[in-house]
Amino acid sequence: MTDDLDKLAALLRDDIPPPSSNAKMAAIAAGMQAFENNSENVQGTADAARPIHNRPETARGFLEGLKHMFNKLTGRQMMLGTASFATIAVALVVSQGIDFNTGPGPIVNLGAPELGIAGNLNEQTQGTITTDDEVGYMRTEQPTDAVLATPDDADANAVASQEHKTTDNAPRLADSEDLTSGEAVPMVEEAEVVVTQELRERGAVDGLSEAPSIVAPMAVMPAAPVVDGLLSTQLDGRSVVGDTDQYYIEPTPENRDQFAGAEISSLKVTLDEPVSTFSIDVDTAAYSFVRSNLMRGYLPNPDAVRTEEMINYFSYDYPVPQAGEAPFSTSVTITDTPWNPNTQLMHIAIQGYEILAEDRPPVNLVFLIDTSGSMGQPNKLPLLIQSFRLMLSELNEHDTVAIVTYAGSAGMALEPTSAGERTKILNSLTRLSAGGSTNGQSGLQQAYALAAEMADDGDTSRVILATDGDFNVGISDPEALQAFIEEKRDTGIYLSILGFGQGNYNDALMQTLAQNGNGTAAYIDTLAEAQKVLVDQIGGALFTIAQDVKIQIEFNPSEVAEYRLIGYETRALAREDFNNDTVDAGEIGAGHSVTALYEITLAGSSAISNDPLRYGDAAPLPEGNGELAFLKLRYKNPGESTSILVTTPVMADADAGLGTEVDFAVAVAGFGQLLRGDTRLGDWSFDDVVALASTARGNDTFGYRAEFIRLVRLAETAQ
Amino acid sequence: MDITSEILATKAGSGDANAFRELLERHYDLMYRVAYRTLGQQSDAEDLVQEICTSLPKKLGSFKADSKFESWLYRVVVNAGRDLMRRRGARARAADGWGDVELMQKANAIEKSENLSWLTRAMSRLSPELRETVALVLAEEMTHAQAGKALGLSEGSVSWRMSEVKKELRHMAQDEEMLQ
Repeated sequence: MTDDLDKLAALLRDDIPPPSSNAKMAAIAAGMQAFENNSENVQGTADAARPIHNRPETARGFLEGLKHMFNKLTGRQMMLGTASFATIAVALVVSQGIDFNTGPGPIVNLGAPELGIAGNLNEQTQGTITTDDEVGYMRTEQPTDAVLATPDDADANAVASQEHKTTDNAPRLADSEDLTSGEAVPMVEEAEVVVTQELRERGAVDGLSEAPSIVAPMAVMPAAPVVDGLLSTQLDGRSVVGDTDQYYIEPTPENRDQFAGAEISSLKVTLDEPVSTFSIDVDTAAYSFVRSNLMRGYLPNPDAVRTEEMINYFSYDYPVPQAGEAPFSTSVTITDTPWNPNTQLMHIAIQGYEILAEDRPPVNLVFLIDTSGSMGQPNKLPLLIQSFRLMLSELNEHDTVAIVTYAGSAGMALEPTSAGERTKILNSLTRLSAGGSTNGQSGLQQAYALAAEMADDGDTSRVILATDGDFNVGISDPEALQAFIEEKRDTGIYLSILGFGQGNYNDALMQTLAQNGNGTAAYIDTLAEAQKVLVDQIGGALFTIAQDVKIQIEFNPSEVAEYRLIGYETRALAREDFNNDTVDAGEIGAGHSVTALYEITLAGSSAISNDPLRYGDAAPLPEGNGELAFLKLRYKNPGESTSILVTTPVMADADAGLGTEVDFAVAVAGFGQLLRGDTRLGDWSFDDVVALASTARGNDTFGYRAEFIRLVRLAETAQ
Repeated sequence: MDITSEILATKAGSGDANAFRELLERHYDLMYRVAYRTLGQQSDAEDLVQEICTSLPKKLGSFKADSKFESWLYRVVVNAGRDLMRRRGARARAADGWGDVELMQKANAIEKSENLSWLTRAMSRLSPELRETVALVLAEEMTHAQAGKALGLSEGSVSWRMSEVKKELRHMAQDEEMLQ
C-alpha cells in the first residue's frame, strides 16, 4: 500500500493547476488594501492578537474555552473527552423531556434540546466546578465566570444550528429524489462532526486537541453497541453510556424505523364468531428489537411489539415428535390466567423435529449484504461480518456460499465457494465496507439468479438478506418486489432476513419479504443474538420441515363464551383460507417451537364482557360436553402443494404436563401485551411478569430467560 | 532573499507596507497549493487565498517573531480552509465522507471511474481532515511533527491520520477491483 501512498504524494505534488496570474494579483491587491485600512486604524501598531482559544493560559481562558465548548455541544450528543473533564461531566443532568418516538421533523426539533442542556449547565457547573481539587484555582473566580452559557447564548446557538441544518438540507433534497425517508440520520451525524471539529479547534481542554482522531470516530457512532444493557444507566430518558473517561449522552436518533403494527386482536363472542384462523409465525425480530430499545433505556414503539414473536423467541421444552408422525408435535394445555382470575388460557405448543448436523442435506446460501452508507455503523456491517464468521463454523465443505453486495450498484463479492474454503470466504467478508445508497431490488435479483445457478437437485437454496432495512433506490413498487419473491419461492429458493441497526429499520418491509419468501426474519442486535440465530438454531434458519402451517380453532359456544387470540395480529387469516392450499402461511424450521395463546372466558363466568342479546336467537345452547374447542392444523411437507390436516379436540382439563414452560410463555405474553398497551390485563404489571417468569426459568442453558427478566425490570424504569 | 520571512512579517506587523507586499508575493504560491489540495478546486482555492490575504494584516499581530513564518502560515491556511468548509455547511461536508448523498455521489463516481483521474477519486474519498493532512505531509513533505504543529495536532495524531489515509486507499483499490 506504500505504493498507493507514493502515488498519491507524487500526483499531489505534480497534478496541480497553476493559479491564474490575475487571481494572484487580485489577491495581493486585496491584501494590500486590507493592510492599508488596518494601518489607518491602528497607526502602525499591530492589532491585538486574534483571540485564540486553543491554548488558553489562564483560568479565565480555560473557562472561556469551556464555555465555547458547551455552547457548541448540541443535545444530540454530549461528548467530553478527557479524564480531567469527567469530574464536571458527571454532574451534568439533562432534564428536558423529549419524546423520542414521535418527535417532530428533524429541523424543527433542534432548538429545544439545546436550550435545555445549556440551561442546565448553567446551574450545574456553578455548583460543581468548585468542588474539584484538580481545578481548585477556579474557586477564585466569581460564580458568573463559571457560567457556561447564558440563555441568550444558548438561544443564538440554537438558531445558528438551525440555520446550519436548513442549508444542509437543500442540496440533499435536490440530489436524492428517492430518499423519501433518508434524511434524518445522516444529518445528525454531520452535526456531530461539526461539534467535534469545533471542540478540537477551540481546544478547550488541551488533552482534547491532542487526540482528535480518537474523538472523531467515537462521536459519529450514533449508538455504542451495548452488549450488556446493564452498562447503560437511565438518565431522564436518555441513557449515558461510558467508562470512566468518556461520558456522552447517547443521541436520540431521528427515528425512521417502520413497523407493521396491526390492531390488537379484539375479544370475540363465540356465538358470533366461533372460528379463529391464523398462520404460525416463527420470526423473532420483534423480541430482539424490543430488547435493543430497552437496553438503551426507552420503551419500544408499541407497533414494534409483536407478542407472538416475543413468545416464540424462546426455546421451550415441548415434546419432540415421534418418528413417522407429523413433522411436529402439538400439545394443548388449559391453565389459569394470571391477570384475570375469571378467565383461562389455552396454550397451544408446536414443536418441530430437529435435524442432526450430520444428517442434514447440503445447503446453498447466497448472502445478500447491504453495504449502503447507512450500514457503516458498528452495530451493523461490522456486527454482520462477525455474525457470518460465526455461522461459517456451522457449515461444512458440502455447503456452498456466495456473497452479493448491494449499494449504489449490486455486485458479486464472492463467487459460489465451498464452505470448506474458510479463508477465501473470510477474506471476502473482511473486505466489505459500507458506502453508497441502497439498491435492494437489483441486489435481490442478482442474488436469486446466483442461487438458481447454485441449486443442484435436492439441495436447499436460500438467499439470506442482511440489511438495516433501507431499500431506498431502485424499488419503485413494493408489491412488484413481493411478487418477485413469491415467484422465486415457488421455484424452491427461499429468503431469510437478518435485520441490523436502528433508526432506519424497515420492519414492515422485512416482515413482508420474509413472509412471502418462506423465510424467517430475525433482528440481530448483538453478537450473542447472532450466536443464537445463526449457530444454536441454524437448523431452523436453514431447513424448513413444514410449510404453510395454519391453525384454525373452532370454539364450542356451550363451553366458551368469549375468546381472544394473544398476538398474531399480522398473521390473521380468513376462515376460508384455512382449507385453501394456495394461501401462503408460515413455515416451521427444524427444531423450531411455536406457541399460541388464547384467553378464553368460560360460559357462566363473571368475566364475560358482552351481555347476551335480548333480540337475538334465544334458543338455549345444548349442554356442554367438556370439549372447549376443536383444534385443526394444516401443513405441507416441504416442496409439496397439498396440505395435510391434523385435528385435536381440546378438553377443559387438557394438560400436556409442560409445567413451567407454559408459565414462562404466559409471562412473555403478558409482557408483550403490557408493552403494546393492551387494556385487558387489569392492574397486572411488570412486577407480576418478573414474579411469574422468575418461577419459570427452567433449564435456561443459554441464559435467555434470565435476560428476559432483566429486560422486564429495565422496562419498569424506562417508562 | 536576504531578509527572512520572519523579519518581513515583523516589519509588516508594525506597518511596513512594502514588507507586507513582499510577504504576500513570496507566499502566495504556498498558500494556493495548500488551499488547492484541501479544497480540490482551483477557483475555490484562489478565492480562499484572497480571503486569507485580506485577513492577514490583522492576523500578523499574533505572529511571534521567534517562530517560523511558514509554519505559522500553514496553520492560518488550514484554519481558513476549515472555516470555509464549515460555512458552506453540507455542500462542503457532503464531501467529508459523511451522509448518504455524498456516498451516493461517491458510488456514482466509482462507476464512472474511467472519466475521473485516480487522484480525484482518491482525494474525494478522504475526509477534509485527511485531505489537509496529506496536503502537508505528502505534498509539502513535512514531517509528522511539523504537520502536527501546523494542524494543531500531536505528532501521533498525524501518524494516525496517515494510517487512515492508507486504509482508505486500500479500500479504494478493493472497491475498484470489485467493479472490474
